[in-house]
Amino acid sequence: MIRKNTLKSAGKSVVSILFAIIWAFPCVWMILSSFKPTSELFSYPLHLFPQEWTMLNFHKALQEFDILQYMGNSVFVAIVATIFTVLFSCMCGFALAKYDSKWLSFFFLCLLSTTMLPTEIIMSPSFEVIRALGMYDSLWACIVPAIGSMTGIFLMRQFFVSVPNDFLEAARIDGADEGVIFFRIMFPICMSQVAILSIFSFRWRWNDYIWPLISLYTKEKYTLQLALRSISAMDSISLDWGLLLGASVLTMIPVLVIFVIFNKQIMSSSMSSGIKG
Amino acid sequence: MKSKSKPGASRYRMWSFLFCAPNIILFIVFFLIPAVIGVWYSFTNYNGLSRLDFIGLQNYDRLFHDVEFYSVLLNTIKYTVVSVPLCYVVSLGLALLLANDRIRGNAITRILVYWPTLLSSIMVGVTWKWLFSESYGFINYVLTVYGIEPVRWFSNPTSAFITTIVASAWSGCGVNMLIFIGGIKQVPQDLYEAARIDGATWWQQFKVITFPALKPLSFMVILLEIVGSFKVFAMPLTLTNGGPGTATTYMIQYIYKTGFERLDVGYSSAVSMVMFVILLLVSYLQTRINAKHEEEY
Repeated sequence: MIRKNTLKSAGKSVVSILFAIIWAFPCVWMILSSFKPTSELFSYPLHLFPQEWTMLNFHKALQEFDILQYMGNSVFVAIVATIFTVLFSCMCGFALAKYDSKWLSFFFLCLLSTTMLPTEIIMSPSFEVIRALGMYDSLWACIVPAIGSMTGIFLMRQFFVSVPNDFLEAARIDGADEGVIFFRIMFPICMSQVAILSIFSFRWRWNDYIWPLISLYTKEKYTLQLALRSISAMDSISLDWGLLLGASVLTMIPVLVIFVIFNKQIMSSSMSSGIKG
Repeated sequence: MKSKSKPGASRYRMWSFLFCAPNIILFIVFFLIPAVIGVWYSFTNYNGLSRLDFIGLQNYDRLFHDVEFYSVLLNTIKYTVVSVPLCYVVSLGLALLLANDRIRGNAITRILVYWPTLLSSIMVGVTWKWLFSESYGFINYVLTVYGIEPVRWFSNPTSAFITTIVASAWSGCGVNMLIFIGGIKQVPQDLYEAARIDGATWWQQFKVITFPALKPLSFMVILLEIVGSFKVFAMPLTLTNGGPGTATTYMIQYIYKTGFERLDVGYSSAVSMVMFVILLLVSYLQTRINAKHEEEY
């Protein structure tokens, strides 16, 4: 019996590893390809590992393509937007959880409705708004419109609903006003939510394509995704695969680093709340 | 404690308003106003520059007689109908396989399956474009090694469609898998033990215990996937560029193409409104099913 069980679990392990290989392969292939010289990328037979390791593709991405410029833009957008998203979502989530009034419930419904009409659908009018605000061709156009996050507000609201009201009441009796209560007491206790939302928000902005697409015009202001798209949009003859692979792998690194450090938090929050990208 | 009944409620009202103010402004400026402008545009012949006349329902009339619109709508529906069930089955299958922590290798497989969901749509497109590449792509290489004629993936409507489906399943299943694993772990273990004592097979256990327990999560996942697949844009744009022809052009790309490339903003807005109605129907269905479901429990 024991024998049979170990055999069975060994079989399951094999199937599990098989799926791991299938899922990991595309990225592994891309990463290994990025170390191959162009001559090797386009000659049969293909080898999993480069016959001749080269950093040329990364060199090209750094020197000719100026990827650091785009990376800088993306970092700026992601960090600034994340700071505001976290702060504003926290404030709004707190208000929605701890105050009771008709207009708050109404506002919550309004926020829920934003999931039905995503920016992707109303690109042209959003573009007009950006233009009217004078944000066209500025990185702020990728930051300000994206600060409001339904997921973020919802996450914070759920947390504050679980915080006992006595906590709040005690502080009120001590004479603290609501602003002090929020920033001194409430904000510090939701740090684990802040961490999760920060990770997700950073990744949303890092991976965002829609807002940069409609609002950035000058090439120096491109974010990484837009810059990557500008290479991959070339027709198949002039497409520089070496550069594209090198730039793609470099783009992946920050997300990979965050994932390696925080994979437990990221995955457990996905498991319990189903936060999506 | 509900602050409404307390003295000093107006003070709380002011604070609650202050806490929400940034999001209220963002909501109005970047959601409400664009939505209203979008409705207005759909009744005009706005071309992005100067011309802006009210033309009534002409855009909608044109839309419902436009072969291109129908083919794009059909593409999107086809994509949804294939990718959503596929993603659902694969996610659920992977969850059943990987939920057990005692099986060696499961933890690392979960991480590897989840990883692609963190990549941007552009990155997913690039990754698969490289694998499916018609000249010297890995997949074609494997086919030739086994003596099969290589496929010109992006030149044929059906094979191009398949590439977008494969990429969407690869990049989308990880999150749903985790949601299902979370659900599976909450099913009381003694239910399975009782079933085993009664001699229930694995399939019977799944059918009677696991699947019903995951029903609410299944609804959520499927409807999120439907909305997500209607919104698909950057991945097929990078992978197939909507081609060949318009075979893999989906709704958002069409809205972008008509609005920003052809500067036919009025028409593009009419397409947006049609899509809005579709998403509205989907979420109406969602709330109806949810409500019905909550009654049952």
